[in-house]
Amino acid sequence: MLQYVVKRLIGIIPILFLVSIFIFLFVHLIPGDPARLVAGQDATLQDVEVVRQELGLDQPIHIQYFNFISGIFQGDIGSSIKTGRPVFNEIASRFMPTFWLTFWSMIWAVIVGLLIGVISATKRNKWQDYLGMFGAVSGISMPSFWLGLLLIQVFAVQLGWLPVGGLESWKSYVLPSITLGSGVAAVVARFSRSSLMDILKDDYIRTGRAKGLNEHKVVWGHGLKNAMIPVVTMTGLQFGFLLGGSIVIETVFSWPGLGRLLIDSVAFRDYPVIQAEMLLFALEFILINLIVDLIYGFLNPQIRYD
Amino acid sequence: MANPQTAEIATELSKGSENVKKSSPITEFWKKFKKQRLAMVSGIFVLLLVIITIFGPAIAPYSAEEPDYVNVLQGSSWDHLAGTDAFGRDIFSRIIIGTRISLFVGTISVLLGAVVGTILGLVSAFYGKWVDSFIMRICDVLFAFPGILLAIGIIAILGPGLGNVIIAISIFNIPNFARIVRGSALSVKATVYVEATKSIGAKNRRLIWKHIFPGTASSIIVNFTMRIGTAILTAASLSFLGLGAQPPTPEWGAMLSNGRDYLSTSPHVTFYPGLAIFLTVLAFNLLGDGLRDTLDPKIKD
Repeated sequence: MLQYVVKRLIGIIPILFLVSIFIFLFVHLIPGDPARLVAGQDATLQDVEVVRQELGLDQPIHIQYFNFISGIFQGDIGSSIKTGRPVFNEIASRFMPTFWLTFWSMIWAVIVGLLIGVISATKRNKWQDYLGMFGAVSGISMPSFWLGLLLIQVFAVQLGWLPVGGLESWKSYVLPSITLGSGVAAVVARFSRSSLMDILKDDYIRTGRAKGLNEHKVVWGHGLKNAMIPVVTMTGLQFGFLLGGSIVIETVFSWPGLGRLLIDSVAFRDYPVIQAEMLLFALEFILINLIVDLIYGFLNPQIRYD
Repeated sequence: MANPQTAEIATELSKGSENVKKSSPITEFWKKFKKQRLAMVSGIFVLLLVIITIFGPAIAPYSAEEPDYVNVLQGSSWDHLAGTDAFGRDIFSRIIIGTRISLFVGTISVLLGAVVGTILGLVSAFYGKWVDSFIMRICDVLFAFPGILLAIGIIAILGPGLGNVIIAISIFNIPNFARIVRGSALSVKATVYVEATKSIGAKNRRLIWKHIFPGTASSIIVNFTMRIGTAILTAASLSFLGLGAQPPTPEWGAMLSNGRDYLSTSPHVTFYPGLAIFLTVLAFNLLGDGLRDTLDPKIKD
């Protein structure tokens, strides 16, 4: 097991390296002069030069990359063009709202998705299956911002049960979490259904049934345990979907999180913030994938001997 | 033959052996695909969308961009089936004319991503070694940016606009196709007929395009259909965020975004464009599911 963990840890180093280069080059790919952007349109040539030196943009590119990386480790990732505050502070205050939003979305989505998947797999080709799978494909096809606006229209505007947007109490989490999680619930439902259906064809399931175990025990005890292994991987990958989805949902619900900050920054061309956010999202995603891989290795002993 | 099902299979089989020489892969495909009713209905709906795309402006009862300040924010009526927006423009007409944009952006961006991704996937599988690891590492990097984030990053560089949305979504699709084509090409490469062609001295280019590529075609077609739905959804999301189509373009996501200010008084302004996106993406996804079950039963969701 330890060998597997070490192998996986070493495996992400080249990806981290390439991602960091990609994000570093990001600012250099923008058309125009980044120093002029930071200094502002009315700045004199001299001012622009001062800014260039401050940002270290006058140095050779490999030194710039080195400074960029050492800055990340020191928590210094530049200052926002818009507010002038350090990017680190801008992001830190926005992190938790996005974290909790994705967390609660994931929790309900996995529970509901699994339930629908198991019911559909055990009631194969019955109305429960058709209903569940039609609901799932609808969930995948539904534009999240539309679903969000429909929920606001019904539960916030007409019924007045829940807030329209912002983050004030636990009530604020309900509608955004439902909206954000619906796509994931749909994917989990589809995936766990097909995974469980595969397993239910296996010999040991037939043995279980032949032994006279009741169907309930066969499905939940024997089948689901093994069907869960691929579902865990799939669910982990959906975290990326959630992180991406949060960008749209936060705009719909005026959520004070990372996603809305990103969209505001793109509109304002606030490149240091965009750069930092891309880095954070990518790191988070790589980290989650690593954890998922480790859980997968833990659940499935076969994988460790590869 | 006590079991009626067995009897049915037996007659099917005997029928099959009779026409074995006549049936081409296309008729074979059609026979299987016809049984997927939901996918058939979706296919017809997609066909309808294509017709609307071609004749859109001719069918639409009103202009998409001309304001009519007498009829601002009206609900559904016989004159305006889906009501009017804040500029008095007929929402139904705007949706019809906007079909062209969504379908075009969705198809072109997936097509571009598919072409580049397929070439990369084939090259990766065929040459292996460092070429393979190099291409796959680049895919890993692109995959490291979750969901829509990569597209937003690209638009942050290129600037907002529909053209840049197409570029962003194309790039977003490349690694997906590269991986799927690589996987499928690897299994084709291992087959005996490729081995045989190689041993009679066929050139690499001929091997890749005449022998390996056709073997990957079904997985490319299935993935293509499935990705169009996602591409339309992503493009609409980007326009909703203000990064794609700009007003007064009748793009569905942008229309929804414009309607947000009138949510409490005129919910129909956001409802109908969203419904259009939903039904279109649903049709492509169901069609993709049906194609997958027909062409490539091995792939699961």
